[in-house]
Amino acid sequence: MKAKAIFSKIIKNQIMIPLVALLILALFNLIVDPSFFKISMGLNSLGNPVLSGYLITILDCGSELAILAIGMTLVTAASGGQDISVGASIAIAGSVMLRMLCGRNGSRELLVPIFVAFIVALIVAMAFGAFNGVLVASFKIQPMIATLILFTAGRSIAAWINNNELPIVYDESYAVFGGFIPGIPIPTPAFIAVICFIITALVLKFTSLGLFVQSVGINEKSARVNGLNPEAIKILTFVILGACVAVCALIKTSRLMTINYSVIAKDIEMDAILAVALGGNALSGGKFNITASILGAYVIQALTTTLYKFQVPSAALSAYKAIVVILLVVFSSDTVRGWISKNLKFGAKKEVKNV
Amino acid sequence: MKKFLAVLLAALMTLSLVACGKSDNGLIKVGIINNDPNESGYRTANDRDLQAMFCEANGYEASFAYSLKNDEQIAAAQKFIQDGVDYLLLSAADTSGWDSVLQDAKKNGVEVILFDRTIDADPSLYAASIVSDMDKEGATAVEWLKGQGLAEYNIVHLQGVMGSAAQKGRSGALDAQVAADGAWNIVNQQTAEWSAEKAQEIVQSVIDSGAAFNVIYAENDDMAKGAVAALDKANIAHGVGKDVIVMGFDCNKWALEELLAQNWNYDGQCNPFQASYIDDVIKTIESGKAPAQKTIIMDEKGFDASTITADDVNNYGI
Repeated sequence: MKAKAIFSKIIKNQIMIPLVALLILALFNLIVDPSFFKISMGLNSLGNPVLSGYLITILDCGSELAILAIGMTLVTAASGGQDISVGASIAIAGSVMLRMLCGRNGSRELLVPIFVAFIVALIVAMAFGAFNGVLVASFKIQPMIATLILFTAGRSIAAWINNNELPIVYDESYAVFGGFIPGIPIPTPAFIAVICFIITALVLKFTSLGLFVQSVGINEKSARVNGLNPEAIKILTFVILGACVAVCALIKTSRLMTINYSVIAKDIEMDAILAVALGGNALSGGKFNITASILGAYVIQALTTTLYKFQVPSAALSAYKAIVVILLVVFSSDTVRGWISKNLKFGAKKEVKNV
Repeated sequence: MKKFLAVLLAALMTLSLVACGKSDNGLIKVGIINNDPNESGYRTANDRDLQAMFCEANGYEASFAYSLKNDEQIAAAQKFIQDGVDYLLLSAADTSGWDSVLQDAKKNGVEVILFDRTIDADPSLYAASIVSDMDKEGATAVEWLKGQGLAEYNIVHLQGVMGSAAQKGRSGALDAQVAADGAWNIVNQQTAEWSAEKAQEIVQSVIDSGAAFNVIYAENDDMAKGAVAALDKANIAHGVGKDVIVMGFDCNKWALEELLAQNWNYDGQCNPFQASYIDDVIKTIESGKAPAQKTIIMDEKGFDASTITADDVNNYGI
């Protein structure tokens, strides 16, 4: 009986969905081609030791999405809607950062320390987050409509910041954030992601933010009656997402040492929302589980990497992705999960009868 | 006060008279409809080129309208026709829907010149069409690659957004060559949708798989840059005389600088400088003749890292 209770608890746990999806993908790769799990050590062009392999690629490339998933989960939980402007906001934050570093005329030396450029981009991204937040919280506009404004205008703003130029950073020290710290073989984005996870975990543990966000998401009126300020909390979640956006912009611009405002982080908002959904979080707000969203982000990256590995034809790529996503979402829906746990209980009852 | 106003009005009237007189003073009136210059580096260079050519110093009075939407462009065309322009220069957002407005233009004696993009309309409705030949761009690049004389070509092919004219032309030539010659193999063919990040991820995955390759054929500069970022991460030497040949398209200035530094091998031009061709066509029509050809295909170069010069970078970089 006790074992059954634990099993049923595990099945019902939100985190099972992305975990099972990840396991299925791993199992698929293990059966079809185990070289997926090979990790090798080599030297990069700067002579630093680096690890490489598909798993490292997933860890590396999934970082941005995982970081965004943190902010997107909070926004979803508090406002019951999603921010679709994150891709455009990344273009803005990245442009601001490179504008600070390279200046108007494309200087080859860094004009300001990277730290300063990042802080400025962070403030800008959080300000744009606050703009979205105010539209949603104070003007009661649906999040998707409110963020549609920046979604449409963001990349033009980014173009304007750098006067339509594509600035290039020549200083190698900037490559660290999207590449490797000399001497450490694990890609830096993975570390940045872990730092973000730890900060989030600490904030959720030592403050009441999680509880506040959840109560606003479940019932705004009763949250207000209980002395919370739902508007402030909603705005706060958008500002936190803004901070995540700035971190992503740092990683993405550092990977290529440049920014192309028209394509950087294109469609990333859809993947971020999908990560939240795969994490089993209700897109209508309320209860949430950030760990599950983060795992969801890595599931999406694992899927992308798997598809690239098997060289799915270009034209069919999105179709394959769609099929897998449909399967994942259907199997993680309450209906299917309820059916599974009901049938498992039924089986358990039978056993009891037989005994 | 009244006196002051009267003087002011009189001054304004004289000014506007002067302004009116100017367009009759031998300036050719052109209305230019283009896509939004923010769309891409190509479009920015294209717009800059047009702005520089069609100015009063060159005998033109030009008005510009920008939109990525066909209906807005058509509205702008109608406005230009009403304003009585002599020439309508058009880079259409969409290929269809232009018939009636071009017929209007014809009725009002406005000559239409298409640039950069063709449209599905009867050729009698426009005087000339100045375009890039994407098939030729691909063929030039493949011809260059053939000339490298490698024993075996193992190619990572990074495609643009599937179905776009540039993708079709640049993929077509390579696909044909691979099908025709047994020494040419595609190691991986994938769309990175013009994005450097996606290209980096795809090339990363090819490297992870351990497959051997010696050519990166990227259909634009951004994707070539992403590919090179992945190569650098894995310590694979690229460029002139190195293990992997890197090819890009569009001739961005920064890309040509990579060629100059011998980090890349080839960059194919997609010529955004149509203004001088348009100018020629207008001069021909003004002299009372018809343009020799209706469809004018622009010269497009392919740059080789071993022969490129700093002047090329300045002259052809966009």
